[in-house]
Amino acid sequence: MNSLEIRGLTRRFAGLVAVNDVSFDVAKGSITALIGPNGAGKTTCFNMIAGAMRPDGGEVWFEGRMIVGLPPERLCRLGMARTFQIMRPLTGMSVVENVMVGGFVHTSSVAQARASAMQILDRVGLADRAEQPASMLALPDRKMLELAKALATRPRLLMLDEVMAALRPADSDRIVGVLQELRRGGMTILLIEHVMRVVMAHADEVVVLHHGEKIAVGSPADVAADPVVIESYLGRRGRVA
Amino acid sequence: MKAALERRQWIAAVMFFAALLLLPIRLGDFYLTVLSLVFLSAYVGIAWNLMMGFAGQLSLGHALYFGVGAYVLAILPDRYGVSPWLAMVPAAVLPALLGLGIGALGFRFSVRGVYFALLTIAFSEFARILFEHWDYVGRTGGVFLRALTPDNRPLTSLRGGARFSYYALLLTMAAGWLLSALLIRSRIGYCWRAIREDEDASRALGVNALRMKLLAVAISAALTGIAGGWFALANGSLFPDSVLGTQISINLIIAPIVGGLGTLFGPILGAFIIVPINEWSRDLAQSSGINGLNLLIYGLLLMTVIKLSPGGCWPWLARHLRLAAGGWKIGAAGE
Repeated sequence: MNSLEIRGLTRRFAGLVAVNDVSFDVAKGSITALIGPNGAGKTTCFNMIAGAMRPDGGEVWFEGRMIVGLPPERLCRLGMARTFQIMRPLTGMSVVENVMVGGFVHTSSVAQARASAMQILDRVGLADRAEQPASMLALPDRKMLELAKALATRPRLLMLDEVMAALRPADSDRIVGVLQELRRGGMTILLIEHVMRVVMAHADEVVVLHHGEKIAVGSPADVAADPVVIESYLGRRGRVA
Repeated sequence: MKAALERRQWIAAVMFFAALLLLPIRLGDFYLTVLSLVFLSAYVGIAWNLMMGFAGQLSLGHALYFGVGAYVLAILPDRYGVSPWLAMVPAAVLPALLGLGIGALGFRFSVRGVYFALLTIAFSEFARILFEHWDYVGRTGGVFLRALTPDNRPLTSLRGGARFSYYALLLTMAAGWLLSALLIRSRIGYCWRAIREDEDASRALGVNALRMKLLAVAISAALTGIAGGWFALANGSLFPDSVLGTQISINLIIAPIVGGLGTLFGPILGAFIIVPINEWSRDLAQSSGINGLNLLIYGLLLMTVIKLSPGGCWPWLARHLRLAAGGWKIGAAGE
């Protein structure tokens, strides 16, 4: 059973084909990673799935429903949540208020939204910073806050755009810990990631994009051994350790 | 700790409004009139602040809503014998509908920020020019309300002396403040602030930005229309330029900016600072014979506030009155 089915997704920017006829599936309950060199079209692909950008062609099916053309807030209510590559804390609001916004998808009671936001902050280890302005958080905590905001909408599919970029291994392990726990709870996770250490260790399936095209798909081990992938992305000496 | 702070804030607000209720016992008509102007300015500031300070949508055309509300109250009671109480309904509903129309046009086509502000100016200027050429509303000659008769009953005509205007506008302001306090503590307020901070990110969190922004415009416009209505009743005459002019749009945003954008009490504090200085400096300009001296003082004051306390005076004052915690802020744009 698939959470997400992507068929022939295409996007052009003024003559340049950013994403060309990309198809792949994300199995329910899996961690699927979308990898590729810079400019491969990962974020474009991601934005089209999340409803932030309209594809020029192709279809996106979420839990058996065609979702191309639906606005981001509808997708959120259907059970998809995303984080942004460039972090977007709501800076004039406190940490807990940031998380509460997502919670209003399920309740219109402020007290209830606050209570469930506190639960989520507890889970990601930000409970003691709940009342601080979001702008005061350091980078690793900001990343956690992005994750917490997305979780507040109680998604079945969680889409993460480079949440582990620029983090020290100890901090990215903190995030991986949370992701593993979510997966055990049945959540499907699609992530764009550059940190190969994390992808290799934790992804069930890897989709490799290059120049806007899918060049490989499979388990981390298969993909890492694929000569095309090594040539175009991982490098000849295979930096996968 | 947060609950205790919130209780202090509510107590302070109640004490403040209670003091204003008792003030007329000691004050003469002149001061009552100035304070009435303060309340009107504060109330319009509260309405505008809902849209700009909380939902982050810049409107520079609120004169449209103010003017339409004013004309409704100037025309319906005198020409058709409609009770002013009842006339307040269209004075609120018509501006709300206009706001929804302009908002739908702007938001639907993703006209954001400054460009949206330009759109609001365009519509208010369009209305002013229309009114200047429209016989029904007296063209540039405006509308004069009937003179008050000796048997005038203020609670029926909603018109009366300085004391009546004082209490009417004080209650209007208090109601506007209470409404905005309740809104901002509700789901709607959280969604507005999220949109203000980052519209795309808030949509990804399930906020229906279009609907929330339309709601902000409609409520803000309705409240502003009622303000226009009170202005017509208290002033007795109005002209396109005096209620629909760009000057009105600009004037009504200064109090919330000086007081503190995006704060509940900022518009009130701002009005208490701006209106008396405005009155005093206008007198000074007249008595000294230096034309424009009042505008000079006004400009200097604005520059001083923006330089010293860019978030407005209220966040600063609230900290000193211990009505705000270190990190507590309903949130001003730009921290």
